[in-house]
Amino acid sequence: MDSGLLARRSLLRRSAAAVAVAAAAPLAAPAIARAQAAAGGAAGPIRIGEINSYTAIPAFLQPYRNAWLMAQDEVNAQGGIHGRRLETVFRDDAGRPEDAVRHAGELVNVERVHLLAGAFLSNVGLALSDFANQHRRLFVASEPLTDALVWSRGNRFTFRLRPSTYMQCAMLVEEAAKLPARRWAIVAPNYEYGQSAARWFKELLARARPDVQFVAEQYPALGRIDAGATVQALAGANPEAIFNVTFAQDLTNFVRQGNTRGLFERRHVVSLLTGEPEYLLPLGDEAPEGWIVTGYPYADLDNPRHNAFREAYRRRFNEEPRCGSVVGYDTVTAIATMLRRTGGATGTDAMIEAMRGLRFPTAFGTAEVEFRAIDHQSTLGAFVGKTALRDGRGVMVDWRYADGAKYLPPDEVVRQMRPQSAS
Amino acid sequence: MDALILQALNGLASASSLFLVASGLTVIFGVSRIVNFAHGSLYMLGAYLGWTLVTRFAGGGAPGPLGFWGGVLLAALAVGLIGVAIEVLLLRRLYRAPELFPLLATFGVVLIVQDLALWAWGPQDLLGPRAPGLHGAVELPLLGLRFPRYELFLIALGPVVLGLLWLLFRRTRFGLLIRAATEDREMVGALGVDQRALFTGVFFLGAVLAGLAGALQLPRESVNLHMDLAVIVEAFVVVVVGGLGSLGGAFLAALLIGELHAFGILVFPRITLVLVFLVMAVVLVLRPHGLAGAAPAAVPPGAPGAAEPVIRPAPLALRRFALAVFALACALPSVLGDYALSVFADFAVFVLFAMSLHLLMGPGGMASFGHAAYFGIGAYAAALLAHHLAAPMAAGIALAPLAAGLAGLAFGWFCVRLSGVYAAMLTLAFAQIAWSVAFQWVEVTGGDNGILGVWPDAWARDRRVFAWLALALSAGGTLLLLRAIHAPFGYALRALRDSAPRAAAIGIPALTVRWLAFAFAAGLAGLAGALFAYGKGSVFPTLLAIPRSVDALLMVLLGGVRTVTGPIWGALAYAGLSEQLVRATDHWRLLLGLAIVALVLFFPEGLAGAARRWWEARESDGRR
Amino acid sequence: MSAPPPPVLEARGLVRSFGGVRAVDGVSLAVRAGELLALIGPNGAGKTTCFHLIGGQLRPEAGTVRLAGRDITGLPPPRIFRAGVGRTFQITATFGSMTVRENVQMALLSHAQRLFGLWRPARRQMRAEAEALLARVGMAEQAERASGVLAYGDLKRLELAIALAGRPRLLLMDEPTAGMAAAERRALMALVARLARESGLAVLFTEHDMDVVFGHADRVLVLDRGRVLAEGTPEAVRADPRVRAAYLGGVAA
Ligand SMILES: Nc1ncnc2c1ncn2[C@@H]1O[C@H](COP(=O)(O)OP(=O)(O)OP(=O)(O)O)[C@@H](O)[C@H]1O
Ligand SMILES: [Mg+2]
Repeated sequence: MDSGLLARRSLLRRSAAAVAVAAAAPLAAPAIARAQAAAGGAAGPIRIGEINSYTAIPAFLQPYRNAWLMAQDEVNAQGGIHGRRLETVFRDDAGRPEDAVRHAGELVNVERVHLLAGAFLSNVGLALSDFANQHRRLFVASEPLTDALVWSRGNRFTFRLRPSTYMQCAMLVEEAAKLPARRWAIVAPNYEYGQSAARWFKELLARARPDVQFVAEQYPALGRIDAGATVQALAGANPEAIFNVTFAQDLTNFVRQGNTRGLFERRHVVSLLTGEPEYLLPLGDEAPEGWIVTGYPYADLDNPRHNAFREAYRRRFNEEPRCGSVVGYDTVTAIATMLRRTGGATGTDAMIEAMRGLRFPTAFGTAEVEFRAIDHQSTLGAFVGKTALRDGRGVMVDWRYADGAKYLPPDEVVRQMRPQSAS
Repeated sequence: MDALILQALNGLASASSLFLVASGLTVIFGVSRIVNFAHGSLYMLGAYLGWTLVTRFAGGGAPGPLGFWGGVLLAALAVGLIGVAIEVLLLRRLYRAPELFPLLATFGVVLIVQDLALWAWGPQDLLGPRAPGLHGAVELPLLGLRFPRYELFLIALGPVVLGLLWLLFRRTRFGLLIRAATEDREMVGALGVDQRALFTGVFFLGAVLAGLAGALQLPRESVNLHMDLAVIVEAFVVVVVGGLGSLGGAFLAALLIGELHAFGILVFPRITLVLVFLVMAVVLVLRPHGLAGAAPAAVPPGAPGAAEPVIRPAPLALRRFALAVFALACALPSVLGDYALSVFADFAVFVLFAMSLHLLMGPGGMASFGHAAYFGIGAYAAALLAHHLAAPMAAGIALAPLAAGLAGLAFGWFCVRLSGVYAAMLTLAFAQIAWSVAFQWVEVTGGDNGILGVWPDAWARDRRVFAWLALALSAGGTLLLLRAIHAPFGYALRALRDSAPRAAAIGIPALTVRWLAFAFAAGLAGLAGALFAYGKGSVFPTLLAIPRSVDALLMVLLGGVRTVTGPIWGALAYAGLSEQLVRATDHWRLLLGLAIVALVLFFPEGLAGAARRWWEARESDGRR
Repeated sequence: MSAPPPPVLEARGLVRSFGGVRAVDGVSLAVRAGELLALIGPNGAGKTTCFHLIGGQLRPEAGTVRLAGRDITGLPPPRIFRAGVGRTFQITATFGSMTVRENVQMALLSHAQRLFGLWRPARRQMRAEAEALLARVGMAEQAERASGVLAYGDLKRLELAIALAGRPRLLLMDEPTAGMAAAERRALMALVARLARESGLAVLFTEHDMDVVFGHADRVLVLDRGRVLAEGTPEAVRADPRVRAAYLGGVAA
């Protein structure tokens, strides 16, 4: 028998063994982890399980995780929570909610995390929220914007940091209502976030300005906008103003085609999230001017707390913080503040009690933020301002901080939207 | 009127872009019959390399010494070389593997490129410079309308490239050989032409076209990490609608899709999600070989069947081994922790899912790129019953296979009338249509936010009980499939695959048998989907999306499409590997891609195929 | 007074062309129960095309095919099989992923309308019948081999067994003895002739080997460029000067 065949066979055996190990490892691992967790005891670290779509949305989530780790290190440098270190186990759901649920199971049962956090995509957020509800765990949703998360599908175990679709729309409607424009067009990505944003904007604006009408609506597939045709279709309706919900590569392509074709000339544009550096910076010197946007003026926001945050972030990562950075940083701050409030106790009920009405400082350096007891939504706000070009890049000018607390529906409305079981 | 003309021009511009990508794909497919999943990655690399070459070799964002056009052309050539590397290092070794096997390898390349691109260019979208001389818009003569210069340039470029390719194919020896090989691969081999060089040349050409298409997007679109998957499916649709291997057909199809998109937006703004798939479904139903594709030269009655191995009853040792594995699987839940139990249930689901697809791909000889449709329909059936009717789990699990089976009957009726990649792409079209229903019919399905709260009944809520339930149903379904493969029905399927004329001459009704097989496989996939829904507690449109169909394909190919139990091992290996890697490292895509490539190279017959070869070699050694 | 039973096969005026060339051009023929009719002619004469027109593999452009009086023109092959036609192919067609016996079992199962069973293994069904058929064609010892690895002559025999599994009234054999040694040919044709006599099977076959043709056919029909050149008893055909000129010339001399 020749040696080539032999080598092949032993290789085959080894690979077969590798496959067996690959398939069997997850089944064997928990015993070890359990043992470790037991050994950790009560004085061990407090563990957060963080699940996010890292490979699907890296542009937002890399800065997010950077700042998360920075905040965690700061907490630990100050002696942790009552002497216990804060630790985070990160998992990538690759944009699939069903994978997020699997990771949640692993984090809770194997990694023995004390609470769950994270989520960028709305459906991942909802899936995790349902998991938290089912398994009676605290879930601090950092980014997912869907209103359902705290309202129609809200539950006792889920809290959300970021201003929701509704809140950001309300902030923009306030400005949009001041515009003379009556004929509006909408462009929004064709999924839940885009559709809800369009719906709220229409509803709220119509309430503030009964004289407006919506003359065109475009719903390009998320991530696949056919920008030329979409721009032309909007232009064809000849609106006086446009409400844009697209972001990331859709936004870039939309803006480029819109600029080339003069869609934005002599038209007002009101645009969700476009002031966030994640989306504004990639536009480079083609960033639009004079759009009314929500976002984060990272360079010009000048107050001691934010300056310290920005400095620390720059020093550590050699780049400017993004909106994701603030979201990551604030999530950790909120969790740490909550844990101090429980006295380091990590029972789910105690943590939920501490989260309700929790006040904590944001990296924006603006007023303290509160997790409302009524619907578990935080009052973190956003900056509303205009876009402009400076040194060949887009920035926000004439901005103001819109405090989230002011852009939420009246309490009785909120109570009606939220299921009874969620209180 | 003006608006319509402008919209038509927009359609033409998109059509040109689409054609550029699709032309490379169709040339490669025509000659090598490889379903090159990595074509989108080549396109993305073209854009990234173009960006680097154009902007970085001067600094300050202004075009570098190469200038814009030099950078674009160099990027295309560089991508061509990457294509050559992929062909020489990887695909060349797989030409004799079962059909579609190279798809697995190219999928590995996709994963690798995704991680490498993130590492090399960072997560942020990049903005390419505008093309010099083609800024802004011009007034169109006669019409008095303004239209972007660069888009006009693209509109002209499509036909120019088509013309150049036409000249290449008609006027050069290389082109002549490509055409000959597209029509009859064996014959070119018989002519004494160096096939290897020809294939490498074709890959170079195809990759250059992909790279060029990518680099030419610089002035109009952002360069980002999602370009690969965004373009690949659409490019395949164009290739298939046009007729595999047909450049003219691809051009026509690109025009059709580009224009329908542009005008579809005016009429149904939400249609962009499914439009291309609707078009593909309609075209394929009416023209089973695409717009310009001809039916492959009628297979002469009695052409030698593919070299498929004989399926014999499992040897005693293997049956004992299987029993032992099953006994182990039964015992396992009693010692597993909560998470391991949920992974265990997932594995059980994937095994059944892969096995159900294998009935079609293996004995059936039909590929399906849309098997997730039935998985998802099963899951949604269970979830809708639970959500709207508060039905008990037993009802969900009983009705899900029925719903999926009915969908299989409906879709299968069309799919079994087609063959090869056409049939596979039609399954994909139906799956995407089903997906878009789940995605857009928000009132019923909850849209992309899905349906939550699909938890098992109280008696099965314990993870351990549920794991056993999943095992029982998965094993039951798998057993049913195995029995069916060895029963007359499975034989009839194989008979149709081995020799259609012989099967017809002994009275086997091809369409009926295949149709029922389709529904049967769909039903069991639906069962797997329902189990998955109860295991996760929720359903989302991602359950019917393309990546899940691809997962199933990979599991079957990895396990060995020409074996009977291969998909079981393929499912365990693939699911186990990805589960481990995702937890272990941020670079799981790179490692998973490398693992897939390695497995493909070392086990071209799949894991179970390799095991069988090893077993047979041992047996014959023993006899000696 | 009773009319004589119609012939098992009666084809009238069959026409089929490929790209303007008439491969079969107005062919009529009839085969009675128990009769062996040989279809001969030079390469490309249209013999195989005739078989395909009768067996349903191709649709005739004009003409009719009747089986025992019933019109079966243009039916798809499975229905023609069910009407009682078994056939072998010039380029052999068997199921490569099955053993020799399973190939025959497949045909038996199909004939018995038992194709849709999902549980009982096929290889345990109709096994004895399959073995009997294999024994008849002299393939009993090879039952367990993969059909893909058989020698050409054995494949032909297997095809015959498969064709017989449907209990046909009409057997179409396209060059049934190609690839066999002379003794094997004679044995096989003798078997077919016996089957025809015993069970009233009608046989239409083509053959290039003139010993086989003149040794076993009851009648011979000569085809040339798609047209019937001559028809009659072997002796009459052999004596026909046109046939000699067009075709047999050197061979029969
Ligand atoms: N599918 C086809 N497409 C085009 N031409 C065909 C086809 N089948 C047969 N022909 C042509 O029809 C004519 C008759 O062919 P056929 O196979 O019937 O001849 P044959 O008498 O069986 O010849 P042989 O003795 O070589 O088997 C030939 O000229 C052949 O080239
Ligand atoms: Mg012939």
